[in-house]
Amino acid sequence: MMMVSNGHLRVDLGMIAEMVTPGSRVLDVGCGEGALIAWLGRHKNVDGRGIELSMAGVAAAVAQGMSVIQGDADTDLADYPDGAFDYVILSQTLQATYEPRAVLNNMLRIGRHAIVSFPNFGHWRIRYDLLVKGRMPMTDSLSYQWYETPNIHFCTILDFLILCRELGIRVERSIALDRQGNVLPAFGGRWLSNLFAEQGLFLLTRT
Amino acid sequence: MSDAEPPDSSAPRNPLGLTVVLGRDRPIRLDCGVEMGPVTVGYQTYGTLNADRSNAILMCHALTGDQYVADPHPITGKPGWWNELVGPGRVFDTDRYFLICSNVLGGCMGTTGPKDVNPATGKPWGLSFPVITIGDMVQVQARLLDHLGIDQVFCVVGGSMGGMQVLEWCASYPERVFSAIPIATAARHSAQNIAFNEVGRQAIAADPDWKDGDYLAHGTLPQRGLAVARMAAHITYLSEPALHRKFGRNLQGREAFSYGFEADFQVESYLRHQGSTFVERFDANSYLYITRAMDYFDLAAEHGGILSNAFRGTKTRFCVISFTSDWLFPTPESRAVVHALNAVAANVSFVEVCSDKGHDAFLLDEPVLHATLTGFLDGAAEHRGLPRAKGVSS
Repeated sequence: MMMVSNGHLRVDLGMIAEMVTPGSRVLDVGCGEGALIAWLGRHKNVDGRGIELSMAGVAAAVAQGMSVIQGDADTDLADYPDGAFDYVILSQTLQATYEPRAVLNNMLRIGRHAIVSFPNFGHWRIRYDLLVKGRMPMTDSLSYQWYETPNIHFCTILDFLILCRELGIRVERSIALDRQGNVLPAFGGRWLSNLFAEQGLFLLTRT
Repeated sequence: MSDAEPPDSSAPRNPLGLTVVLGRDRPIRLDCGVEMGPVTVGYQTYGTLNADRSNAILMCHALTGDQYVADPHPITGKPGWWNELVGPGRVFDTDRYFLICSNVLGGCMGTTGPKDVNPATGKPWGLSFPVITIGDMVQVQARLLDHLGIDQVFCVVGGSMGGMQVLEWCASYPERVFSAIPIATAARHSAQNIAFNEVGRQAIAADPDWKDGDYLAHGTLPQRGLAVARMAAHITYLSEPALHRKFGRNLQGREAFSYGFEADFQVESYLRHQGSTFVERFDANSYLYITRAMDYFDLAAEHGGILSNAFRGTKTRFCVISFTSDWLFPTPESRAVVHALNAVAANVSFVEVCSDKGHDAFLLDEPVLHATLTGFLDGAAEHRGLPRAKGVSS
């Protein structure tokens, strides 16, 4: 369940929602049952659309009156015209795409802004698992065995920032989150964030 | 605008359905170039049109369907094709919506078609009936809405050939369609589907009783040909798993093979039954004309070869629905429509319903289909400012 009983969003989705300007056009890629676009529609008068891979998620979202199509980031973003949205959101999905670079480019082609969050593979516990235990890391946010994980393109926060620079994408905001999605203090720059953040959340803009 | 009196929804419904004569003053120009008029249209309505005429849902029937969406069929007595979906509190809630369904142009259930008398000759049209298109069917429906005084429908919905009409509506009269639900359909008829239709038409033409389409004048009916056409088509509406579950290799009323060509298998008996009941209610020439209209349908070709051009600038809210086991209008056909709609940033939902019942799943009890329809209609109704379902608080 994405929504808790009192109608508030999951903490990290709340962070994303806070970045969205009221009245804007939003595409949520990997929208699940549409909790985020439903919330944005109700509270920020947003024209929200969704793309979701799982049929159950799509059916549930459409049955609640939301505009959601079955599809995925790799294949379906290419269809949309330039500038169709104000925000294109990709939450916790980038690492599961086949071509993260093409996905990012498409997001910033069809949207003025992109909001991206992903699990940070540079977190100290992951480094510890590999360095000391010699095992593929398994954490709360990365809870799959290596042979069954849908996550095929992990990156660290630093990797992501370097890619953004290569693609000419401006990082407007970057937020380091712990495993619950709470904001970590920006205590020591990117290197420390890359060590202590379990997730990174970024607001990106075309340059 | 109106050809006749505005509708009186409080009037008792004629059990044989409503009819109206359209195009008396202004003939209907068909795609083939023929001007046609007057045209009689048979239709049914359910529910009540609201004061600002904003709650109408136009339902478009499939190839062999008709306007009896939720009435016993006047010939067969069987329940309407969406009987379970129409009524107070149901998916198409007659407490909230005004439902309209008309028999298509070229049909044989009250709307002008080849079995009717051509007023110019005093004889049945037969093969002198002009070849019609999906666009022509939709044009006649638009005239019916003019007659009913409805500028914009809240929703247009239909499956299969009905879905083709839905897409045509959205392309031809975008401002008259607030929301649209094309189900188990395609933006063009595939080569395989044209091939199946041709088999059906050839079966009819091969029946000596067809008399080159002039069977009414000869007092014959090409029932065998039409039955074979229906049998072949009916297979395409099902799926291999559905057929196997229903019939397997079970024998019909016997313990062993007859070593002859009786209907040994239940599936043969079933198909023969489908064929023989169909001929009681359907006109063979109508079957030729309507299948032809489907074959000619190619929405992209009508718009410079690019499907998304058909929807450029659309404000309509779309809900595209397909079924996993439908091999007549498989999901990629629906996905092509969705891609074209995305290309113009249209408001679109797309659900592929998991079902093993084949193409006919849209007519059957599929809870996910019903939940999808209900949710989409509720969401659209909220945007249109129509009241919510009874018992639902805001």
